[in-house]
Amino acid sequence: MEPIYIIIEMIVKNIVVVMVLMGLVAYTTLLERKLLGYMQVRLGPNRVGYFGILQPIADGIKSFFKEDIIPNEADKTLYVIAPGICLFTALSMFAVIPFGSTITLFGREIKMVVADIDAGLLYVLALATLGEYGVVLGGWASGNKYGVLGSLRAAAQMISYEVALGLAVIGVIILAGSLRLTDIIAAQQVGSWFILKYPFGFVFYLIAGLAEINRTPFDMPESESELACGFNIEYSSMKFATFMIAEYAHMFVVAAVATTLFLGGWSGPFLPGPIWFLIKVFAIIFFFIWERGTFPRLRYDHIMHFGWKVLLPLTLLNVVVTALLVALGVL
Amino acid sequence: MIGIDIGFKWFIFVVTALLATGSSLMMVTRKNPIHSALWLIVTFFSIAIIYVLLNATFIAVAQVMVYAGAIMMLVLFVIMLIHLEWGKAQPAPKYSFPKLMGGLITVMFFLQVLAGIMAYTNIGKKDTYTPEMLASMGNTQAIGTLLYGKYVFAFEIASILLLVGIIGAVVLAKKIKD
Repeated sequence: MEPIYIIIEMIVKNIVVVMVLMGLVAYTTLLERKLLGYMQVRLGPNRVGYFGILQPIADGIKSFFKEDIIPNEADKTLYVIAPGICLFTALSMFAVIPFGSTITLFGREIKMVVADIDAGLLYVLALATLGEYGVVLGGWASGNKYGVLGSLRAAAQMISYEVALGLAVIGVIILAGSLRLTDIIAAQQVGSWFILKYPFGFVFYLIAGLAEINRTPFDMPESESELACGFNIEYSSMKFATFMIAEYAHMFVVAAVATTLFLGGWSGPFLPGPIWFLIKVFAIIFFFIWERGTFPRLRYDHIMHFGWKVLLPLTLLNVVVTALLVALGVL
Repeated sequence: MIGIDIGFKWFIFVVTALLATGSSLMMVTRKNPIHSALWLIVTFFSIAIIYVLLNATFIAVAQVMVYAGAIMMLVLFVIMLIHLEWGKAQPAPKYSFPKLMGGLITVMFFLQVLAGIMAYTNIGKKDTYTPEMLASMGNTQAIGTLLYGKYVFAFEIASILLLVGIIGAVVLAKKIKD
């Protein structure tokens, strides 16, 4: 194994993963608009190309040519970096997620994961906490009252639900006996999917995950009606688009992690691994869009009460019960 | 991490060490507290990279998650709540007693660390956990085995200390009913 091949393999994998992810993210926006349209008995975007198929490209070009405004009150450096932090963390989280077994190319075994690191699950959680800085700094650096309010809400909400998110995945670690995501998938291939062994953990993970990516019942940081868009109020042009891309990429990561931890990852009969992976991920993304079309936004104090007084005790209880069942040999 | 040769490791170490010291200098010299907090995050992050170089992946990730992530987020949150009118920091006197004492204590600590490094000699004895063994059994497992085996008492004491901290915070924050 010459190091030059390892480096080439790393670079190619990175480029492929980022490109595919960006393409999927672009079309997830179209999927969301279409599905929301049908749920609200309207057609959704259908002018650009057949079935609105070119809409994401049109959106991209449009935001690229818009005027880029930096407010006078803004902290210029942070204002520019903030969307980048969001996107960077959302994309780097994807590095540890396995999307298939190994393939053999040019006589080399290639694992279908960018970095198979030992503390993979913790790496995802760590980068998720870093990603919040993008939202918090973006709102603060705009020098706008609504922006700061959005940031404060974002910070408080994310800190609260991160605890529940961490506790929700502990059961998976107990069941699999490893933090490495490939090991977790292997453990599910031997036994059954962890959603069957640990169903409440899956529900708690989805709830906390929704809060983590600021999606609809928990979209406090950018609630239009109270904060006039919240943390990204001053952003325009490509910087705004970057925030949007980061948000969708983050949603993708949350769905991919849920797939890996609870739905057996890429494993499945007949079809190749990456296809199964995408099917499962899009099933969860469909759920995210569906609930966005269904639920109204919660009130801010309700969210905090729910996070600390309901979700935290329940996830703790869930961990204790799961640990007990594993210790007794039931699971 | 074993496959990477020593020259490349050395290069990364020098870059991250410079980054860590540079960003900590930036942290203490910034006027805006938010900027200080952000430079501190950069420092924590570069220290995490040094942990990775030392084959301690778990500690590196924990460092990012706990320090750079959770704790600094709380710090930022508090600064933003207190310091909403940003850019209007009160002019502090150039020399004051707290500043002098703080500087003195810092210099003392620095000399202590320096003395520690000077007194350190590599006795050449290797422990059970070599890089090769860590790579085969996994870093997380090695730490788990030690924490819940040999050092379980210290671990439990630390967790009780943290619990006391949480209870103390709750008691302080509780409103006294008349």
